[in-house]
Amino acid sequence: MCTVCGCGAGEVMIGRPSGTAQRKSAPTTGWKVASVETAHDDSHEHVEVHTPASEHAGHMHFGHGPAHAHAPGLSQHEMVRIEKDILGKNDRFADANRGWLAGRGIFALNLVSSPGSGKTTLLCKTIEILSSRVAVAVIEGDQQTEFDAERIRATGAPALQINTGKGCHLDAAMVGQALPRLALTDNSLLLIENVGNLVCPSAFDLGEAHKVVILSVTEGEDKPLKYPDMFAAADVMLLNKTDLLPYVSFDADKAVEFALRVNPRLKVFRVSATTGEGFDGWLGWIESGLAAAAAGCEDGREEKALVAGY
Amino acid sequence: MHEMSLAEGIRGIVEDAAIAQGFTKVNAVVLEVGALSSVEVEALRFCFEVVMKGTVAEGARMEVEAIAGTGWCMPCAKSVAIDQLYDPCPHCGSYQVQATGGTEMRVKALDVQTAPAGV
Repeated sequence: MCTVCGCGAGEVMIGRPSGTAQRKSAPTTGWKVASVETAHDDSHEHVEVHTPASEHAGHMHFGHGPAHAHAPGLSQHEMVRIEKDILGKNDRFADANRGWLAGRGIFALNLVSSPGSGKTTLLCKTIEILSSRVAVAVIEGDQQTEFDAERIRATGAPALQINTGKGCHLDAAMVGQALPRLALTDNSLLLIENVGNLVCPSAFDLGEAHKVVILSVTEGEDKPLKYPDMFAAADVMLLNKTDLLPYVSFDADKAVEFALRVNPRLKVFRVSATTGEGFDGWLGWIESGLAAAAAGCEDGREEKALVAGY
Repeated sequence: MHEMSLAEGIRGIVEDAAIAQGFTKVNAVVLEVGALSSVEVEALRFCFEVVMKGTVAEGARMEVEAIAGTGWCMPCAKSVAIDQLYDPCPHCGSYQVQATGGTEMRVKALDVQTAPAGV
């Protein structure tokens, strides 16, 4: 198990009974009396051991302390309503990053995949072709080493390496610190290569315009079903290493079909970072994103100018 | 997956609330976890216990209220119940189903111990 995040503890779902689908029950609306210990067993389906507590449904139990009293000197249990997203803090940093990028017309992509899918090679090839037309910069995320940033710098593009140490994903605060250090050009392309991990980065918004998931034909075509969160979070899938299709038993159509099951609006490009096959579609998509980011930024500037004009 | 980061997020929310509302002990933290969210409850429970040490929520129970997954089926043009992101529409069998609900990971409420009144 990953010592940091518990990855590998695994979805505690041991098979699935055939036939009947196991639906989780609807959320309990009742509030438990604070002083009563419910007999939780340690099962996964915790919600089902909660007493529906219909008599308590929809309201809160203030004053149900040990003595059911408000008497001075007696401590009380209180239910305090919080209603906050667990990742709210990350999302606020991500929003700040998104605003920062939008203000400069920068089109940012968050590239996610398993280790070894060919992300860095794909980035190098993308930079190689695009850099004559647009400024490209890269943020590299890895647990350790600066190897990938060095590979990117060799193409001539500026790259900043973030080492997450034991961490299994980049978060928005890390990227927020990296942005001002990169001396990014207005209306440019920023490629963020996340830590090679098909699980954790799916949950963390970095402020990018799109997540791009990369699946290579040397992996299994069933990966979109085995790791659905990432394919659900992405807007684009690159099926990479297509030059190797004659040598591997990988059903590309099946892989795309599985990915579309998880995310019907996923845009798919079949590419080979080695031969450049299929890059026209991928680069065309980037160029339209760049144009939209620049136009959005221009609109923002015009609005500001109008406001300033008054 | 990334449950340590999530547990730290919960700790931040609990500590902010403790400062804002002046309570000194948390008996239980009530979470809402969607069936389609990317959180593994048992891994989170493990991290929760570790991360809350030394805070007002040390030793607190972590209670989870599950939120059922829902999706929008494009062919049926209606909301349907799904358990997994890759589930087909239970009515028409199509995979053109976009998750719309059950992706949340929220701290819903805290069961807190308030200081004795009038002392």
